[in-house]
Amino acid sequence: MAAGFISQLSTTEPAAGAASIRATRDPAWLRYTLLGAALLFLGLFLVVPLAAVFTEALRRGVGAYFAAFADADALAAIKLTFLAAAIAVPSNLVFGVAAAWAIAKFQFPGKSVLITLIDLPFAVSPVISGLVYVLLFGAQGWFGPWLQAHDLKIIFAVPGIVLATIFVTFPFVARELIPLMQAQGTDEELAALTLGASGWQTFWRVTLPNIKWGLLYGVILCNARAMGEFGAVSVVSGHIRGETNTIPLHVEILYNEYNFVAAFAVASLLALLALVTLGLKSLVEWRARQPVRT
Amino acid sequence: MNATASTSRRILPGFGLSLGFTLTYLGLIVLLPLSAAFLKTAGLTWDEFWTTITAPRVLASYRLSFGASLAAGALNAFFGLLVAWVLVRYPFPGRKLVNALVDLPFALPTAVAGIALTAVYAENGWLGGLLRPLGVKVAFNELGVLVALTFIGLPFVVRTLQPVLEELEPELEEAAATLGASRWQTLRRVIFPELLPPLLTGFALAFARALGEYGSVVFISGNMPMRTEITPLLIITKLEQYDYRGATALAVVMLVASFALLLLINTLQKWSDWRTRS
Repeated sequence: MAAGFISQLSTTEPAAGAASIRATRDPAWLRYTLLGAALLFLGLFLVVPLAAVFTEALRRGVGAYFAAFADADALAAIKLTFLAAAIAVPSNLVFGVAAAWAIAKFQFPGKSVLITLIDLPFAVSPVISGLVYVLLFGAQGWFGPWLQAHDLKIIFAVPGIVLATIFVTFPFVARELIPLMQAQGTDEELAALTLGASGWQTFWRVTLPNIKWGLLYGVILCNARAMGEFGAVSVVSGHIRGETNTIPLHVEILYNEYNFVAAFAVASLLALLALVTLGLKSLVEWRARQPVRT
Repeated sequence: MNATASTSRRILPGFGLSLGFTLTYLGLIVLLPLSAAFLKTAGLTWDEFWTTITAPRVLASYRLSFGASLAAGALNAFFGLLVAWVLVRYPFPGRKLVNALVDLPFALPTAVAGIALTAVYAENGWLGGLLRPLGVKVAFNELGVLVALTFIGLPFVVRTLQPVLEELEPELEEAAATLGASRWQTLRRVIFPELLPPLLTGFALAFARALGEYGSVVFISGNMPMRTEITPLLIITKLEQYDYRGATALAVVMLVASFALLLLINTLQKWSDWRTRS
């Protein structure tokens, strides 16, 4: 029976081969139509808006473009954005490494719940991410009266912006590292410990080199979001010019004042940051796929 | 695997430190603030809460937020499938560049996306000008909300489908062909069932992201009450009027919707993993 089936197959092979090509490969007209439709969609939705940012920014020439950055409020916004990212990214980096170490290297009950909770900030609307801090630290919030009594300001001040930024970028590093470290297991660390390395030596010399690309990937994405966050920061900022405006908030103010060239000029800075982020991201993806040199 | 793990619990150091830090940080940054939202609404009576979350202007905002997010998710499911298919199956020059560009909505700050889309789709914009003679108004209209939400959700479906499409063995299609299936039958009966779980996951992710989106929408929508006002904007409006209870009540509705979606997405992902493994 089996032999019969095989011989039957071999006699009909040429026909099956042709059918196989017909059924596994799409005809050229279809390929070009689909490719064209996909590229048209991406062009309309991605390339056109991106090009619009730079075109609008340069509408009045290079001079007007750079004048947008000479403004003291713009510089203050750039400084604040860098400050918020400089605090939020390292904080979430340390958290991400600690969480991935605990989750990937040990067994404990409730692990999947913990992973879900770490992802929670991605599920929450940015507006709500800002709102919850207002409920905690605002004038009418839980700690509001205590903060006022001690003359401390979190909401409508820099600490609130930093907190909101930490919240919205919370999962980035952890979610890159957890699956990576789970896949790597514990064998190398155990070997290092058996050979007499201390816990920290094992981490710095064995674990860290193994996770560096995943870590960098997470940091790049975390930083892009930290510098570009709008909704959450908008709720806690209070929009005080020169004090609590980040770059995206400064863009909004300029735009609402019909100062379009300046708005798009400052926005083009963020668009450049996005392009650099995409470039670095592709580079890290490519580098992480390279075989390890020995 | 389990044996190694239980031994490593005793041998590898740092379990207490790393888990302790993780839980403390998670509790302080995420869980405590989120519980504040739920406890704040507990101060409202049920009637007050219900009246707040079912006011006509609020109901109109749900209709727009959920409707436009669903439509954007569906658009992204369709075009995401197309883009993922083309990127995986058809080699073309510049494919790597296009592939990298797909992540632009993740990298581009939402406020920048918002003003850029508004400039493009305004009546004097590049595309708005083309659509105007056809009587189609995008910016400052419900369509504008749809465009912004489609933009920000664009990468989700592509990125959930891509790995599954890459893993799909050509033998499967060859086998179907050898057994006499036409290309269309192979697509419908062999490939599509494999793609369905990640497609639904991507759709749910895009929908969830769209539901909470604020930055890109507020610029293009025009924010007209009862017409182009999304729920997150209404939360901000209430906050600016110092109506903290109203803002929080709406936030709780949105949070419950988000958590339900998160649960659905996790279930879909498990289904997807299970399908891929078996």
